[in-house]
Amino acid sequence: MSSTVISHDAAHHDSHDHHHETFWTKYIFSQDHKMIAKQFLITGIIMAVFAMILSILFRIQLAWPDKDFPILEVFLGKWAEGGRIKPDFFLSLVTIHGTMMVFFVLTAGLSGTFSNLLIPYQLGARDMASPFMNMLSYWFFFTACVIMIGSFFVESGPASAGWTIYPPLSAVPSAISGSGLGMTLWLISMTLFIASQVMGGVNYISTVLNMRTKGMDMWKMPLTIWSFFLTAIVGLLSFPVLVSAVVLLVFDRSFGTSFYLSDLVVQGQILPNEGGSPILFQHLFWFLGHPEVYIVVMPALGITSEVISTNSRKPIFGYHAMVYSLVGITVLSFIVWGHHMFVTGMNPFLGGVFMITTLIIAVPSAVKSFNYLATLWRGNIRFTPAMMFAIGMVSFFISGGVTGLFLGNAALDINLHDTYFVVAHFHLVMGSASIFGMLCGVYHWYPKMFGRMMDAKLGYLHFWLTFLGAYLVFFPMHFMGIDGVPRRYYSFTNFPFMEKWVSVNILVTWAAIIAALGQVAFLWNFFTSIFFGKKATQNPWNSNTLEWTTPVEHIHGNWPGEIPTVHRWPYDYSKPGAEADFIPQDVPFSQTMSSNQAHDFEGNEEAIRIQEQWNKDNNRTVEG
Amino acid sequence: MIMSIENLQQEEILQSRKAKKFSLWLGMIGMFMMFAALSSGFIVYTASGVDKGIKTILPHAFIWSTVAIVLSSLTMHLASKAVKQNQLAKQKIYLLLTIALGVVFFFVQVEAWSTLTSRGIYFINTNASQSFIYIFTGMHLAHIIAGLIVLIRCFIGAAKPIPLDQNTFRMDLAAIFWHFLDLLWIYIYVFLLLNQ
Ligand code: HEM
Ligand SMILES: [Cu+2]
Repeated sequence: MSSTVISHDAAHHDSHDHHHETFWTKYIFSQDHKMIAKQFLITGIIMAVFAMILSILFRIQLAWPDKDFPILEVFLGKWAEGGRIKPDFFLSLVTIHGTMMVFFVLTAGLSGTFSNLLIPYQLGARDMASPFMNMLSYWFFFTACVIMIGSFFVESGPASAGWTIYPPLSAVPSAISGSGLGMTLWLISMTLFIASQVMGGVNYISTVLNMRTKGMDMWKMPLTIWSFFLTAIVGLLSFPVLVSAVVLLVFDRSFGTSFYLSDLVVQGQILPNEGGSPILFQHLFWFLGHPEVYIVVMPALGITSEVISTNSRKPIFGYHAMVYSLVGITVLSFIVWGHHMFVTGMNPFLGGVFMITTLIIAVPSAVKSFNYLATLWRGNIRFTPAMMFAIGMVSFFISGGVTGLFLGNAALDINLHDTYFVVAHFHLVMGSASIFGMLCGVYHWYPKMFGRMMDAKLGYLHFWLTFLGAYLVFFPMHFMGIDGVPRRYYSFTNFPFMEKWVSVNILVTWAAIIAALGQVAFLWNFFTSIFFGKKATQNPWNSNTLEWTTPVEHIHGNWPGEIPTVHRWPYDYSKPGAEADFIPQDVPFSQTMSSNQAHDFEGNEEAIRIQEQWNKDNNRTVEG
Repeated sequence: MIMSIENLQQEEILQSRKAKKFSLWLGMIGMFMMFAALSSGFIVYTASGVDKGIKTILPHAFIWSTVAIVLSSLTMHLASKAVKQNQLAKQKIYLLLTIALGVVFFFVQVEAWSTLTSRGIYFINTNASQSFIYIFTGMHLAHIIAGLIVLIRCFIGAAKPIPLDQNTFRMDLAAIFWHFLDLLWIYIYVFLLLNQ
């Protein structure tokens, strides 16, 4: 059989064939999924560092509410006059920290990087369904980032109504200083961001459904792809709802309508807006907002599934159960938003309904946790840095998920809502778990992205500093929350009952500073390895998925020859009777006669007959 | 087995076209979600008090705009049928008709707004159910503008003319989108009628 060599331009879109690659088309306005993935990743990392610095700033205020740090004034000028952060600026810091982390880092940085990198690679496609739209998606995201950072340079400061931008703070430009131009910029930035996510998501879904290589049916897809696919569906159905919410908000802000506003007095002035309902905004926001938290965590779940299976040298436990629980989470995530609104005066019966749906979501989440543990169980574990982060992710997902059960109880939530308990919950289950999923993916697929290896020792250092740091930062917050310490308070020591928490806050801040410094190990490792890392081999982790069949050097169209055909699922690790402890997806069963099982043939009688004949000829007995 | 590069290329173009068409469907789902959110927002808001609600008869202009957009769907259908039979002249005429009807739709909607304001029903309103009428129609008009741009691009393609199969594909997508905008308007209109 001679297959023609398909050079890169044969792989290509509609009409133009020979396009000359210039610096601009290769590195800047690239339409190649691999380059776009790298652009998303590096932008995401920069945003993460920025958002992390913001968090250190507000942690300093929380640990030492009565101390002056003249150095702060040097950097922040009028936002920290006399060396102490101003209350308005404190609110801006938490708002932009939350927005950047949730949307720019853990949504765009995570899905954008790994969906772009892995969907074409692992499915055997030459690129995304629409490379042009993919490029636009990145540039919209980039512009959104620039505008959000730009809001730090306006006179009245960045938005400060929290990442959930509840009205009236967000809807009345005169409410606090951040409600003015800063809020406007926030809205512009997020609109671009949503456009970016929708374009990206449409592309991911369409690529998964239309561009799979021969033999790659849905049930042979790696769990990474399943999770990116379902994440994109969740995004496509929920982000447009936020657009509608924002459109109404913009009219309230700038045109005087009253969708969300009513009976307001700002600085002694009665506002003309009458008859609106701020609760309406909360409904619309959380209809996106809750699915959004799963948009953040599902890709991390997919990435860790893949990494844990590969590095345990074992098939993932319960592949079908893993897929069905992702599907379950996808569906359920649309009917639980009310659990963020238990204390808005919601009808208790409705609260009960939301409570039940919320608690049901714990079931698929638990199924996934148990399956991870069962995959690890008696595996031949390789503790690569990626594996460490994957296990860390499982740990955070469990310890943060458990507190979700407390919050999901409408009665308990009356006490816990808007306290540090919620902060602890979502930073563990969403923040830490999905950051760990993302880092796990970076360490694992770095050789695929850059053709070089990251340094493992620095990786372990990075892991332990981050892992211990994150627990030390977020675990104590549970206790503060149970004691009733509210989130987003600027100087909590003004209330005597909270004074006792100062010592804990100091511990938390120190832990945060050390964990932040630990990220230097990562940044150093990441950026120097691009140039000086050890050269990667084609399949450094002995993995089964298709991306490792492509050459180390990136080429346009991914495979130099024909795209490989897929014959088996991606988790044939340590299969009894096989020569190696892994069998890549493109190896046909005819080459692995000694390890085939009857169920591999999915009822193909001819194949089963040939296999049985072979077994007889070679004295092979198959148990079961 | 030897496949010529052209064959393969053809296959990949077909695959990528299929994917693009699919993306359009997904995009329309996203757009529909926006209006679904507005509808549920409207319902939640309107249920919040007896003084809320549309509380007026919708302008008759909406009937005329509905007629215009349904007709434009018809002409669009004829235009894409024409291109399939390689009748470019016919295609251009029907496309122009569609564009004209789209513009008519646009202005009739604006006319409906002035009917509303003459009854004292303004966008800036303490009964936001009434503001919602403007939001629904306005957001739909924003989509109509996008639709008109798509149609004009088709017309330019037909006038140049670009290769037939590309022209057909472009028309195919444009027709799907335009019919979607038609159905979306009917959804909005029925929704508002049921709540007036
Ligand atoms: C597995 C992924 C999960 C993620 C990413 C996640 C994320 C979040 C986030 C971000 C918030 C805070 C919203 C805010 O007030 O600003 C939150 C709150 C909440 N979460 Fe989760 N959560 C997850 C799992 C769960 C589970 C399994 C449950 C319940 C079984 C749950 C129940 C809740 C409840 C009830 C709240 C509202 C608390 C309040 O505001 O009073 N979550 N979650
Ligand atoms: Cu939630």
